[in-house]
Amino acid sequence: MSDDILAVDRLMMRFGGIVAVNSLSFTAERRKITALIGPNGAGKTTVFNCITGFYRPSGGAIRLTHDDGRNIQLERLGDFRISKYAKVARTFQNIRLFPGMTALENLMVAQHNALMRASGLTFLGLIGVPSWREAEQRAIDLARTWLDRVGLLPRADDAAGNLPYGDQRRLEIARAMCTEPALLCLDEPAAGLNARESGGLNELLLSIREDGTSILLIEHDMSVVMEISDHVVVMDYGVKIAEGTPQAVRDDPKVIAAYLGADEEEAIAVMESGT
Amino acid sequence: MSATSARPSPAPSTSGAAFIFKKSLISAGVALVLFSLMIGVRTEAGPQGGLIYWTRFDDLAALVATVFGGSIIVELLRQWWGPVDTERMVPKPVQAAMSFVGRWLAPALLIFAFLIPVIFYDQRYILDLSILVLTYVMLGWGLNVVVGLAGLLDLGYVAFYAVGAYSYALLATNFGLSFWVCLPLAGILAAFWGVLLGFPVLRLRGDYLAIVTLAFGEIIRLVIINWQSLTGGPNGVSGIPRPTMFGIPLTPGDDGLAARLGIEFSPTHRIVFLFYLILAMALLTNWVTIRLRRLPIGRAWEALREDEVACRALGINVTTTKLTAFATGAMFGGLAGAFFATRQGFISPESFTFQESALVLAIVVLGGMGSQLGVALAAVTMIGGFELFRGLDQYRMLVFGMAMVLLMIWRPRGLIGHRAPTVFLERNQAISSDLVKEGHG
Repeated sequence: MSDDILAVDRLMMRFGGIVAVNSLSFTAERRKITALIGPNGAGKTTVFNCITGFYRPSGGAIRLTHDDGRNIQLERLGDFRISKYAKVARTFQNIRLFPGMTALENLMVAQHNALMRASGLTFLGLIGVPSWREAEQRAIDLARTWLDRVGLLPRADDAAGNLPYGDQRRLEIARAMCTEPALLCLDEPAAGLNARESGGLNELLLSIREDGTSILLIEHDMSVVMEISDHVVVMDYGVKIAEGTPQAVRDDPKVIAAYLGADEEEAIAVMESGT
Repeated sequence: MSATSARPSPAPSTSGAAFIFKKSLISAGVALVLFSLMIGVRTEAGPQGGLIYWTRFDDLAALVATVFGGSIIVELLRQWWGPVDTERMVPKPVQAAMSFVGRWLAPALLIFAFLIPVIFYDQRYILDLSILVLTYVMLGWGLNVVVGLAGLLDLGYVAFYAVGAYSYALLATNFGLSFWVCLPLAGILAAFWGVLLGFPVLRLRGDYLAIVTLAFGEIIRLVIINWQSLTGGPNGVSGIPRPTMFGIPLTPGDDGLAARLGIEFSPTHRIVFLFYLILAMALLTNWVTIRLRRLPIGRAWEALREDEVACRALGINVTTTKLTAFATGAMFGGLAGAFFATRQGFISPESFTFQESALVLAIVVLGGMGSQLGVALAAVTMIGGFELFRGLDQYRMLVFGMAMVLLMIWRPRGLIGHRAPTVFLERNQAISSDLVKEGHG
């Protein structure tokens, strides 16, 4: 319990009369890959949007604990501050790169806050002081490192919009990593990838975990999740229906019912026993 | 009129005489329907006040025939030119020549600009026109920061131009401050107004933002007209001091520049000085913009234009980023305004109508959003071209409008449509305009 990076406590999210997330509680362990799975429309992305500040939760608490023991209540921060101060980075289900900028530029934009400080809020950078030049070179080096890790170094100077789909997915992860996050939230990173690409993605995510970044992963493709996640949380209709190791979750009848689709009575029975 | 022939359909049968004939026939048919009443029948109030009319079928026939012939020519040209935005069938030497021109155009233009007062020393008209063109180049470059880089559609840019002009005019006439003191003040005041405008409109996007900025431009103008005690209302401010060359006036008196240098006084000296002043100011704008693009703030502007949601996810404060774009653009507008005031010696609200905003925006869009060279070329084309067609009298607007329509058909993303990356590892290759977003405010 003490080494959780993220603790979501009774999270509620209402849109008008619709309850998208209903009193959801789960934790994500430090330096582990936690997967949030569930059928379409289960509320996974809504949870993500709450954690990364795109939605303000209707109720509940989201606590992030940094390595130094500093606690941050994410539901109070909101918007860009979550990435800037709480060091939570995210990717999107439908890739959101800057298509008209090169791969390298995409990674440079990700280092905006560090570079803004280094450029003395632009003024020192405008006159080109040496410390700014050094900082810029360091930023380029960091970007180069990540381009290399995702295998995009040869395409560094190509427009992001020109890259193939799988490359765009990996570039988005590299961009999120360039913000040097403590927690990386990935929204269906394997969507649309073929078997070989998704194998490469698994390796990349495992290596990110080895470097000490915790990962929270949304995926509704069970087979991908099983291979890399340490802990799985299963959602359906906005509530948690199961949680545990991938093996335990896979054999859970409630999860199987949710995925395969159960008839109404059965579903109600599953929901009641789940909560 | 040419709605049917404006866009080639990508269907396979877009060649062959039958296709061209059919297409031209349709165009001619549309022209016949349109012009039969507009040209074919002429009505006028008769001497008794009744309506008299007569027919001009020969004119109508000539016009329809022109449309028919014209659309055949356009179609042939299009097939020779190939589809827009793809590998064109342009011969290799021509391509090489074009890339050579592209590389040396900017330096050549710069050298030419420096030499204009030397070449055209005796031609006051050309010098005045060059100053006007350079003023619009500077305004275009300033607005380019807001529209081209940050992707925020600003229809009220003239407001900052006005703020700068009135700042200098009022500070100079009321407090006797010199041009060189007022110039930065005008820039700062305009930037301040830029931030002030930015705050309420930040949550708006796209069309809504455009409307609010348009309103802001009008508000500034109306305040200037109605605040008679301060601005002189519609009468404007006159007797604005001319600029001095760092304290040395350009006058025929004993302390003037000519007397000090021991040369004969000529009024052209002041014009030449003004020319180099606006050239320096425009180049400063350009230099700052180019530098800003390579700094995190400039990259954040472009990222904002590309995808605002992704910017937020990366920890970029969208609010302050937009505000800095507004403020930077406004500052350059204000500086240009101060120059305008000192050049004219007289300003009135009439100089700051919406038409000016539209003109500057047209320069930015025509030039290719975000491209510095493109904006400069567009300013030369728009302002210079407008003067060039002066001999055509009432057809001037027609020719000008047609030239712009043609340009937008052939180069829909402006004269220079591609984007140059701000940083590269190995290859500095331009990015096609198809990928670059226009921004949604």
